[in-house]
Parts: sequence; C-alpha cells; structure tokens
Amino acid sequence: MGVLTFFGGIHPYDGKDISKDKEIVDYLPKGECVYPLSQHIGTPAVPIVKKGDEVLVGQKIAEAGGFVSANIHSGVSGTVKAIETRMTVSGNKVNSIIIDNDGKFTEMDFSKNIKPLESMYREDVKEAIKEAGIVGMGGAGFPTHVKLSPKNENDIDTIIVNGAECEPYLTSDYRRMIETPGKLIAGLQIVVNLFDNAKGIIAVEDNKPDAIRLLKEMTADIDNITVNAVKTKYPQGAERQLIFANTGREINSSMLPADAGCIVHNVDTIIAIYNAIIEGRPLYERIVTVTGDAVEDTANFSVRLGTNIRELIDAVGGFNIKDPAKIISGGPMMGKALFTLDAPIVKGSSALLCFREDVVSDLTPSNCIRCGRCVEVCPGRVMPNRLADMAEHGDIDGFFKYEGMECCECGCCSYVCPAKRHLTQIISSTRKQVLADRKR
Amino acid sequence: MDEQIMKISSSPHIRDKETTTNIMGKVIVALCPAAIFGIYNFGIRALIIYCITIISCMIFEGLFQKITGRRVTVLDLSAALTGLLLAMNLPPDVPYWIPVIGSFFAIVVVKQLFGGLGQNFMNPALGARCFLLISFTGIMTSFSYDAVTMATPLAELKAGERVDVVSMFLGTIPGTIGETSAFALIIGGLFLILLGVVNYRIPVFYIGTFALLIIIYAMAIGRGFDISYLLAHLSGGGLMLGAFFMATDYVTSPITNTGKIIFGIFLGVMTFLFRIFGGSAEGVSYAIIIGNLLVPLIEKVTVPKSFGKGAVKRES
Repeated sequence: MGVLTFFGGIHPYDGKDISKDKEIVDYLPKGECVYPLSQHIGTPAVPIVKKGDEVLVGQKIAEAGGFVSANIHSGVSGTVKAIETRMTVSGNKVNSIIIDNDGKFTEMDFSKNIKPLESMYREDVKEAIKEAGIVGMGGAGFPTHVKLSPKNENDIDTIIVNGAECEPYLTSDYRRMIETPGKLIAGLQIVVNLFDNAKGIIAVEDNKPDAIRLLKEMTADIDNITVNAVKTKYPQGAERQLIFANTGREINSSMLPADAGCIVHNVDTIIAIYNAIIEGRPLYERIVTVTGDAVEDTANFSVRLGTNIRELIDAVGGFNIKDPAKIISGGPMMGKALFTLDAPIVKGSSALLCFREDVVSDLTPSNCIRCGRCVEVCPGRVMPNRLADMAEHGDIDGFFKYEGMECCECGCCSYVCPAKRHLTQIISSTRKQVLADRKR
Repeated sequence: MDEQIMKISSSPHIRDKETTTNIMGKVIVALCPAAIFGIYNFGIRALIIYCITIISCMIFEGLFQKITGRRVTVLDLSAALTGLLLAMNLPPDVPYWIPVIGSFFAIVVVKQLFGGLGQNFMNPALGARCFLLISFTGIMTSFSYDAVTMATPLAELKAGERVDVVSMFLGTIPGTIGETSAFALIIGGLFLILLGVVNYRIPVFYIGTFALLIIIYAMAIGRGFDISYLLAHLSGGGLMLGAFFMATDYVTSPITNTGKIIFGIFLGVMTFLFRIFGGSAEGVSYAIIIGNLLVPLIEKVTVPKSFGKGAVKRES
C-alpha cells in the first residue's frame, strides 16, 4: 500500500518552520473579553447573564439556543459590561456578551463536574460534551455533541482525528500532538468508546515524523487506535479527503461523514473533550498560532476565548513593519482577511497570520488559457475553469450540471491559476447564492 | 488612533508563481533548439522570417486591442509564440509578404475576432498555415534545399522512393523552417513535459496511434515490419512539431486527461488517413485543425466524475 492520499491537491510553501518549535504558552488577556453568541454553526446561543453580573472563569454565560447550537463559557473572571453587537473576524456584527476582565482569573470549582469515567453512561458523556460548549475547532464550528449523535450509531466504525494540519503556517495541532499526546489519545479513547463498533485513527501528515513516531509509540499497545501517516499535500485535512485517504470511502457534498461510517474531529476538539470529561473544564480556551513575516516573533498560544486579537499581536512584540499588508484569521488557503484587529478570538480561530505583503490584491486576472491546472488539482474533481465561466454568466443550471455544489472552496484552483483568475471566489459566491436561494 | 489599513480579499491568500507569460516563455525556450536548427539549415532567410512573423504578430495583436479598446496584452508573449510557431511552419523561400499575411490571419482572424487569448477555436499558427496553403498553394509547397528545388522526403516516400532516415531525423532535409529536425523538436518537447508545462498524454497517444497504424499499414501492403519506413514517417512532415507543440496548445486541446487521450488517438488516426490516402504527402496540420474543432465535443463527453458522486449512505 502506498502513502495514504487523495486525488488532486497542491504543495504550497508551508511556512511552518518559523513557529513549529515554539512551545505552547498560556496567554491571559488583559483587557475586556468579547463573546459573540454565534461562534458555531446553528442557532445563536442565548445569554443567561445580564449587565452587572459577576462571572468566574468557566462560568456558562450563554446557553445553546437549540439542538444544533452550543453553550458559551467565560474565559475570564469579572463583570458583565454589556450585551451588544460587536464585530467578529468574519466582518459581521454579532450580538456579543462583553466581560470586564478583573485580571484575577478566579476559577469556578470544576471538580464538581468530574465524574469517574467508568460510572458514566454514553449519554452522560455526550451531555457533558454538550454542556462544555464544544464545537469543531478546525474552523467550521459544528457542535460536537450533534456530530457524536448520528442516526446510525452502529454503523460508525471509524473516528478520525484530523492531525493533518495541511494549511501552511499553522502549527497549533502539531504542538498539541507533541506536547500533550496523552490527552489526545485519552480524549480519542473517550470518543471511540461512545460507539460499539468504532476504532480510532489519528491521521498526521508525513511532514511531522516526530509527532507520528511519538503517537505510534504511545498507542503501540492500544488495540483500537492506529496512527496513520498521510501524504503531505493540501487539502489533506479537508474532511472528505481525509476520510478517503484513511478509509477509501468517498462521500459527496450532500452527505455527512457518518454516512460513510466516519466521524472526524480536529485535534483541539479532542483535547477539549478530554478537558471536559476528565478535568471538568468547559471550553474556554483554545490554541492559536500567531505567525507570519510581519510580526516580531511567532508563538503558539493557549488563549482564553474572547481575547482581543490586537492583544495577541502585541504579545509577540507587535508588527515589525508599520503597515502590514494583510492579517488573516486562519491559514492562508481558507482563512479570512481581517480589516480590523478589534475582534475577539472565538472557538474556531486557529491562527493569526500576518503578512508584510499581499500577493493577491495586486493581481490582475487575465484570460483563461485552458491550461487545465485547476482541473488537475481540484480535489472535488470538478472543472473550476468552466464553473467560474458559468458563475460569471449567471448560468445556474450549468453550474449545477457541472457539479458546482461539490466545490469545497479549498482554494487550490485559485492558487495554481497562471492567469490569476479568482476562481475560488467566483465559485464560492455563486454557491452561497444558491444555498441562500434554497433556504428562501 | 493608529488604525492600520489592511488589505482584504477572498481566500486563498497565497498564489503559485507560475504565470501565463512564464508558460509562454517556457514554450518559446523549448522551441529554440528546433528554431535555431532552422537557421542553421536554411540560412539567414529563416532568421528574417522569424523576425517578420514575431514582430508582425505582436503589432497586429497590439493594434487590434488598441483599436477595440481592450487591455493591451502584447507582452504576455502569447503573440510572440504564435509568431514563432507560424514561422516554423513556413517554407524558407516564401516572399516576405507571406509571413505578414499569415500573422494577420493568425492573430486577427483566428485569435482576436473570437475573443483573444484563450478563446480561439483553433491553433492560430496552424490556422494561418492552412489558410496560406490553400490561398498560395504554389508558394507554400515549393521547397528548396541548397538552392535546389526538390520534393520533401515525405513526398518522395509517398511516391515510393527511398529516403535517408538519418538525415530526416537530424533535419538536414528540405521542409518548413522549424519542422525538419525531429531530434531538436523531441528535445524541446521532453523539456516541456519534464517541466510540467505540457501533459505527456497528447504527444504519446498521437505519435503512438500514428506509429501503430503505419506499422499495420506497412504489413498490410506487404512491406512487412519496415522500421525505416516507420521512422521516416515519424521524422517527416512536421509530426514532432505538431505532436509536441501544436496539438498540445492549451487553448485548442481538451482540458481533461481522458479528453487528451481521445484527442491524441483521433489526431493519430487523422494524420494517418491524410498522409496515406490524402492527395498531399502531409497531414499533420489538417489533422490538428480538425481535431481542434472537435475539442468542445470531446470535452462534453469527458467531464470528470466529481468526488463522491454516486456514493451510497450507510444506513442501518
């Protein structure tokens, strides 16, 4: 058997060297913390505190607004200053709880949340995960308890931990894997035990041989967990591509991983599950890589949710240039460019990537020369050049016929295009329009 | 407050360095061995014709874009490449107005009138060559070598005469400026394939299919397995120029891998039919042009199956 991989993909400069050897450091916020009520897919959470209330670290401040929703917990102790709309990294104004940080970080008593694992039924575990407000922390923010409650529980045979970290520059999952592998394995064990027929796979790109070696050693005598080295290629960590690489099963955009008997979790999500079940801590911090060529230093921070982004930039010594061209929340392939630093870290913020120069906004797209590079790299096996043409001409029928909805917006087509066409952007805006029309 | 001004754009935020101009440049470099051999083989006239086609192609492109109010993209090297290819497809003795007319037809009629770069339905240089062949047949089919007018080896081969396979492979024979040296063209073609500019499928299936048919044909007419007949057919008549540089033109070849295979096989069959059963000894240009016209059809039937299409849900 060859290296586990998928169809298509690209090999961009990975930029991981500048932050991969930085140990995870706790960062405690100094200023106010902002908690958008919508940091997950689904219904926004509902505040359960009001202005003037005192809160502690780990205290629940907003409750899930439905089944597909998630609780939100404070990462600091202090007073609720306001509940008002604030800007988030996506540029939307979202109703948020603002907490005046007293700087003491007084914690709640988490020990009362802890129950011996042996005494917990599966439903108890899921309930605890739900209570802890855990959502997918790779960026999508799908509530984890929903993911763990598929209709066909007995068909779930594979739990995959996504340790690919295929986005260039990001090193947070890598640090987690080599610094707290025990927690990762124990967390995965908890998830695997929720299903009768499941086994666990930790899938790591083969550019992280030390992590693979370490995890393999530690799982050597665990029967139901294997560590898979997967080929280093973007987007190896895309859910559908990862499932295919590890199990050979294909799913299309209208299916869930559970339809192929799989559940995929981000590394940090598994750590959050461990923290919730074993330590009784809800999700109030996450790991964020601060990196790029426009910051004085790089870091892998364990950050309280709600922390202002500007604070994290200052924590690495600020920018090394007066006007950095671009700040990205997330990786360079799928992250969002920020227009303000006054936004909070949320559950899905994996990185702050700061570039001195922006290669994209100065590009002038020219005519497609039909070189076929986009078709060659497309992991969804669609034809980006043709879809983009159809999208530009408003040909929605053609867009459907040529499977435009199968695009996962990974960005490979834009990346390789020699004519510098903004293929991903054109296709994804049409997809969003179609999805919005469907809802109507 | 010192608010930074940051650039906003949709993801992805990084791009590959490859550009259209780079690609065109690499193809031009790959053509250089054969182009330079053309000058060595036919002398200074060849060099003058290169200059005329390249300059007039660029001027026509720039003028057309200027007049029609489009962005002038002369410097993307695509017009220069068309000019170079056109010159390589002309006999060395043509009067100097022929390359000018050819350039006009290639750039204005075939390329720009259909929307410019990426929109032409056939290869501009080949379109122009075929136009010139039909319009000025005498001029375009008169070949001389060392100041002696003679038939091309392929025509001699068709007439049943013996030909020198070694000089056909090296290129010291009459023919169009850039097509004679199979050796130099193969070097350039391999360079493009190794650089990843050109996909191996079209040349391999084109040349493979053609070779297979020639072998079968030679056996059928009682020549037996005649290796020198096969090599003469492979080396002559611009097959290598066509297979490596004309058929692989991105714009006028199928974009999918399956499509490229079908296209290559089709070209092989058509070239065989033209050469063996056609009126002229050559068939590469017409085969590719007809192939170009079929590309939309080929693409229609070779749309790749999207990832996960037809996958079945597991349900208990």
